[in-house]
Amino acid sequence: MAIVFRTIWVIAYRELVRFVADRPRMFSSFSMPLIFLLIFGAGFGRLIGQMMPGVDYIQFMYPGILAMTVLMTSIMSGISIVWDREFGFLKEVLVSPLSRSGVLAGKAIGAAIIAMVQGAIMLVLAPIVNVPITLGKVLALLPLLLILSLSLSGLGLLIGARMRSQQGFQIVMQLVIFPMMFLSGIFFPVSGVATWLEVLSKLNPVTYGIDAIRQVFLGTEVAGVTVFGHTMGIVDSAIVVAMVGAVLLTAAIWVFNRQE
Amino acid sequence: MDVIEASNIVKRFGELEAVKGVSFSVKAGEIFGLLGPNGAGKTTTINILCTLLKPTDGQARVNGHDVIKERSQVRQSIGLVFQEPALDDYLTAEQNLRFHGYAYGVPRNVLEPRLKELLEMMELWDRRKGKISTYSGGMKRRLEIARGLLHHPRVLFLDEPTLGLDPQTRRRIWDYIHDLRKRENLAIFMTTHYMDEAENCDRIAIMDYGRTVALDTVEKLKDGVGGDVISIKTEDNEEAVRLLEGQYKFKPSIENGIISFTVSHGEEFLPKFVSGFPIRLISIGLRRPTLEDVFLKLTGRNIREQEVDSMQKLKNMAKMRGH
Ligand SMILES: Nc1ncnc2c1ncn2[C@@H]1O[C@H](COP(=O)(O)OP(=O)(O)OP(=O)(O)O)[C@@H](O)[C@H]1O
Ligand SMILES: [Mg+2]
Repeated sequence: MAIVFRTIWVIAYRELVRFVADRPRMFSSFSMPLIFLLIFGAGFGRLIGQMMPGVDYIQFMYPGILAMTVLMTSIMSGISIVWDREFGFLKEVLVSPLSRSGVLAGKAIGAAIIAMVQGAIMLVLAPIVNVPITLGKVLALLPLLLILSLSLSGLGLLIGARMRSQQGFQIVMQLVIFPMMFLSGIFFPVSGVATWLEVLSKLNPVTYGIDAIRQVFLGTEVAGVTVFGHTMGIVDSAIVVAMVGAVLLTAAIWVFNRQE
Repeated sequence: MDVIEASNIVKRFGELEAVKGVSFSVKAGEIFGLLGPNGAGKTTTINILCTLLKPTDGQARVNGHDVIKERSQVRQSIGLVFQEPALDDYLTAEQNLRFHGYAYGVPRNVLEPRLKELLEMMELWDRRKGKISTYSGGMKRRLEIARGLLHHPRVLFLDEPTLGLDPQTRRRIWDYIHDLRKRENLAIFMTTHYMDEAENCDRIAIMDYGRTVALDTVEKLKDGVGGDVISIKTEDNEEAVRLLEGQYKFKPSIENGIISFTVSHGEEFLPKFVSGFPIRLISIGLRRPTLEDVFLKLTGRNIREQEVDSMQKLKNMAKMRGH
């Protein structure tokens, strides 16, 4: 057991050192959400104006953008295991006495810490784009962001556990990340749209993560996904995300152990 | 004590039998070489000993631990330098080494002096803060050797440690390896397909098509060739070969227009041969056999040439399809 903990911290440590060393990656994981926030906010904000009474478009979208930052970073860090394989570093890890399961757990935790740091920077930007934020909200957000990023790095790891080369990357980007992003209620509420869109969105675990985050910002009356007549509260949504994440991470560990 | 004992290791990848029942043992403090052409099964053998691959059949113990049942003990007690680089390019040399130290649970008060000692030995101390992406191939190799030694392993595995390096760097790496053996009394298990380098080993196993065709000290292997190698060039090589085979009962081989064969007591043989040979000689030479000759004798093929390498690959492919 001690070896599992050591593995987790060694691997997480490396993820962090690497993240700091890899400036372009650090920059790129920010730039997209930031661009979305500024351009969509400025563009649609004018067009759409108020989404709901007292909530303008940027205030509606901001929680989604926050989640998107976490989503991109987590999935990408998870998939980064493909890089390790391709550049040979994974062999160094596999021939060491570190535990296989711990390697994936460590990657997920490293990814979560990085995602949290990026989330924190996005939070600092909130007042600038006219989104009110309080200490209470920040404290409520931290566990939500953590759960969301652990779950999504589980997804990234599951995808990466099998992949042999970076060629699959583009496909993953197009078939997983973009659909997950657009079908998650970042840009528009998931209820009151076409039924197929609504169903797909409600199957997407990211939807619940974003909804919980949105409820923290805008209050429970404004958001809330309704599933089978039940309107999900913050805790309900967090549990859904955590459970999906646990399944994904376990599956990733299983696939990884079986292969290597 | 034997640090490595391998008995009858077999590894199959689907239809292809990459290793076909290999046995050997390596003593503490010994430099043991696995020599063979591309695709012979060297890396596969190393990977089995290092627990990265499970053997299809057979057993192996490394430092007294079973490579299948006691993987983590094996892993903890060995150092390994892979055939392809396995460094994190984004980290510095120092960071790569620290990661390794933490991964193997090297205590901090041991880690820092050890790290310094090894980086100095490999002449990388000044560049320790440089990112690996700025390192040359030779520097990477040296760093990987340093990393493999960081946790005081009792066996160091080196898979083609000098592949693709220039002659000076290769010599320097060999100097380090000899130095290391003296300092740390560790066993070194290495693979190579450079014949001249294999001379540095105490004992060599020659591997071909997944089998060991010979295993002995360099000197004994050379003695097995049967004396000295005579190489001649004549005005009619075909006729000369026929004569050598028929009248002289040698087993000559011809390569690049040069006929070579082995005789015992070459110095005495030479004058008699020159005066008695009916075909005009253009040149004649005598030398001690090299491992190249050993390989040639054992397999009937030459190891070094590119054509042979690619032929080997074709044959392997044919074998994969054939069975
Ligand atoms: N994972 C694998 N799956 C299928 N075949 C493999 C695998 N690994 C190795 N082989 C095959 O096994 C044979 C032995 O390969 P190996 O890498 O052990 O050779 P080698 O002696 O190290 O050669 P080289 O000098 O080129 O490094 C080759 O024919 C290779 O194609
Ligand atoms: Mg090899």
